[in-house]
This record gives sequence, structure tokens and C-alpha cells, in this order.
Amino acid sequence: VTETAPKKTPLYEEHLRLSAKMVPFAGWLMPVQYTSIVEEHQAVRNNVGIFDISHMGQLIAEGTGVREWLNTMLTNNIDRLDVGHGQYTFLPNERGGIIDDLIAYRVGEQEFLLVVNAARTDEDFAWLQEHLTAGGAVARETRLTNRSADFGGVAIQGPRIAELFHAIFGNDVDLPSRNAIVGLPFNETKVSVARTGYTGEDGIEVFFRASDAVNFWNATLERRKAFGVKPCGLGARDTLRLEMCYPLNGSDLSPKRNPIEAGLEFFVDLAKTNFIGRNVLLKAKVNGTREKLVPFQMKEKVPPPRPHYAVFQNGERIGEVTSGTLSPSLNRGIGMAYVSAKHVKIGAQIDIEIRGQKFPATIEKKPLYKK
Amino acid sequence: MTNVPDDLFYTETHEWARREGDKVRVGITDHAQSELTDVVYVELPKMDRQTNAKEAIAVVESVKAASDIYAPVKGTVVEVNKALEADPGLINREPYGQGWIFVLKIDNTDDLKQLKDGAAYRTQIAQ
Repeated sequence: VTETAPKKTPLYEEHLRLSAKMVPFAGWLMPVQYTSIVEEHQAVRNNVGIFDISHMGQLIAEGTGVREWLNTMLTNNIDRLDVGHGQYTFLPNERGGIIDDLIAYRVGEQEFLLVVNAARTDEDFAWLQEHLTAGGAVARETRLTNRSADFGGVAIQGPRIAELFHAIFGNDVDLPSRNAIVGLPFNETKVSVARTGYTGEDGIEVFFRASDAVNFWNATLERRKAFGVKPCGLGARDTLRLEMCYPLNGSDLSPKRNPIEAGLEFFVDLAKTNFIGRNVLLKAKVNGTREKLVPFQMKEKVPPPRPHYAVFQNGERIGEVTSGTLSPSLNRGIGMAYVSAKHVKIGAQIDIEIRGQKFPATIEKKPLYKK
Repeated sequence: MTNVPDDLFYTETHEWARREGDKVRVGITDHAQSELTDVVYVELPKMDRQTNAKEAIAVVESVKAASDIYAPVKGTVVEVNKALEADPGLINREPYGQGWIFVLKIDNTDDLKQLKDGAAYRTQIAQ
């Protein structure tokens, strides 16, 4: 394996100017925090925060065959999308396992924008391209391009998003509706604004040409005095998403785990007759799965749970933690774990083994944090 | 700029040690607390525990990860900072003051010569 230097987003210099702590993540140098994960987390829960998401991948699929073809590649149903709307979906392998989770936006009658995880962008593109080349008639009428290097992006999230949105785009411009994506003028250029996010707060994700990234970032941060906008890093992004039980690819999702055992069958349309992995997923749905992904909360102030810690019930090992942290909102350890399905019951008592000692926790309902 | 006081001893693993007669008070450096980010939990060593140098005897957990804290020298734990149980953030706010973690009675004070001084530790973290 050759080590390649991590890539820098178009906002790299801005992060350094803000004294961010930079870490390698998914092949990129990203800010993990600017001042404090807890402060950044609270800014998003109580006010508004901005995240660099330029590392995420953007694939464009278009052509007269695109709808039919994408519906064979993704688990959710593309036909449910009106132009200008997006949906959360999975890119499954032949065993129903999750190659990636993504948002597919229908940006034109016959054009889709797929926003994918940074770590999987190249793999997703190669997988899709391979199937496109091997595909039949509809594939021949579809074109796929990897536009990731052309675009930057930010997520702006928090209860004050509407005020900030109007301060940036003007009072006469409407916020897009939930999961919608619109093109809006910004200075002399155009940006795409989607009402989506990964924090559980109301918010938007904005995509722009890489060359416009610094202008957009600074235009937003200039509103800092009026709105208290805080730049936020990957650390807060992780604690925010985990409080909502949003899965993280590579931790909670993997090619060996399917959406049914991850508790995400809502985003799998088994009524579609033909898509990769369908038979396996149908069987998983009908017969149930051996394990299930469940959220849990530690009972008292004990060490926070971490990935790979063992989960026990009445002394028997029943599973393993995939995500864990101290929840800044609840001030308790929280996490998600795959546990054997027969033990999955909301309110069930479990133990998490931390450095050889067992600490009590409870299986909870999603989300772990509610306003 | 991270703070490296000159009157302390340092380890490669980012502990500091302040000599107090035949004892040392131990904590983690300003550089370490800044790398770890918000400390949310501290597992203190047991009182009277005997330890070798470089043995992991405490754990500091940040939001992101758990990190072992190593004994800088061979000795016996004679004091632990109970205040960290209620307020682990002391390690971030006052790494060289109220954020100390434990006190060791040193077996052999000559062992302190194995530790780094401020200049050597500054060189290490500058790399």
C-alpha cells in the first residue's frame, strides 16, 4: 500500500487561520475542532454552526436511462423523487451489504446528484462505472461523472438557520423545503442549497464551485456577530449525529452489514422488483437478522463507550459497540451496538465492558437525544 | 503556543512530574490536553498501588478517545486528585495546577534523571 498525502479542501487555509486542529480523515486533512468539541456541539444545538463538508463526493448520473438504471443500483426508490428533491439511500453489494450511504438528489428530469462519503467516493464511482459498462439498454443511455474535485460544500446547522439563510441570500428568498435542493444566486455565482443535514437540527447543506468556497465560507462567518455562527469540526459532527443515531459509514455500516440489521429498512424499497442485493434483503426482512443495531445509554456517570467494546447481558456476551462517545447534550455515555436480535428490547438492561470492568447501560429508542 | 514550564520533568508520553521532596506530583502537559480535546472522564489509580516507570496506571477520556497515563518513575501512589471525578475539565483548564492526577512516592530519586527537562520536551513536541 502506498501512502499518499492527505488532500486539502478549498477551505484548508481558512481552517488554519481559525487555529483548527487538523487531522487526517478519509484521505483528507480536516478540522476536528476549532476551540472545543463540546462548545461546537452546543453552538449547533442552541444557535448555528458551519462545517466544511468539501471532502464529500459528488457523482452526477444523467441520461434517458438514468432513473431506471439508478433504481437497480440503489435501495430506495428514485421514482418517488420530484425534480428538486433528495432522498437518503444505500448503495448495496450483491449480498445486500452497504458499500455506502448517500443522498440522491433529482436535480433535473434526467439528472441526479449523488452526495457520497469521502472515504468511499472512488470505490462508489468504480462500482457504478463497472455496472454501467456491463449493463444493458438503460445503462447505455446513462452517463456517470465524478465531479468531487470541482465542488466544495458546507453544512450550516442549528435553530437559527432561517435567520442566517435570509441574511445570506436575502429576505425575499424562501428556504427550500425539507430534503429539497434549489439553485440560488450568491454574489456573482450560483450555489446549490439543500435542506438536509447530519446533526438533527434544522439546517442546510450548500454546494458550490471549489473556487467559490472561501467567499461563501467567509460571507457566512462575517455574520458571526449577529448570529454567533461558530465554525465546527468533525468532532462535534460525530457527537451530534450519534445523539440522533444517524449511522456512520465504516463504523455502524459496512459491506458486511445490511440496512435491515442496521434498522434502516425504511430506506429500502422491497416493492422494487429489480435491484442489487434485493433477494438477500427480502430474506432478511422476512426471516429477521441474527443481529440488530441498537442505541444505548450508560446508566450513570461512567467512562464513555467506544467502538469494539463488548456488550453483555446477564454475563453472556451478546454483541459489540460500533459507535460511542460522551453525549454533550445528555452528559452521559451513549452509543450504538450490534447485539443478537433476541436480546433487542427497548429498556433492556445491558452491560458494556470497559477495560475489563462491566458498566450498566440501557437499550433505548431512536433518537437518543430529543429537544 | 503551548505552555512548557521549566521547573518540571517530562516524559515522552506527555506526562509532567513536579518534584516535592521524595514525591512527584503528576499530570498531563498543556500540549497533551490540547491534543486530547475536552476531557470528560478520568480513571484515577488506586491508592497505595505500586508501579514501575512507564506503566499505565490511569486513563483520561476525551470526547474522542481514551488515553493511558503512564507513571513517570517507579513508586507508590500516595495521593489521587478526587476533584477530577466531579470536574474532569480541570485537566484542560489547569493542566499544571488543579488538573494534576496523582502523587507518587518515588522509590529512587535518581530515576528522575531519566526524565526530560523542559527544553528537551519542547524539542519533542516541535517535531
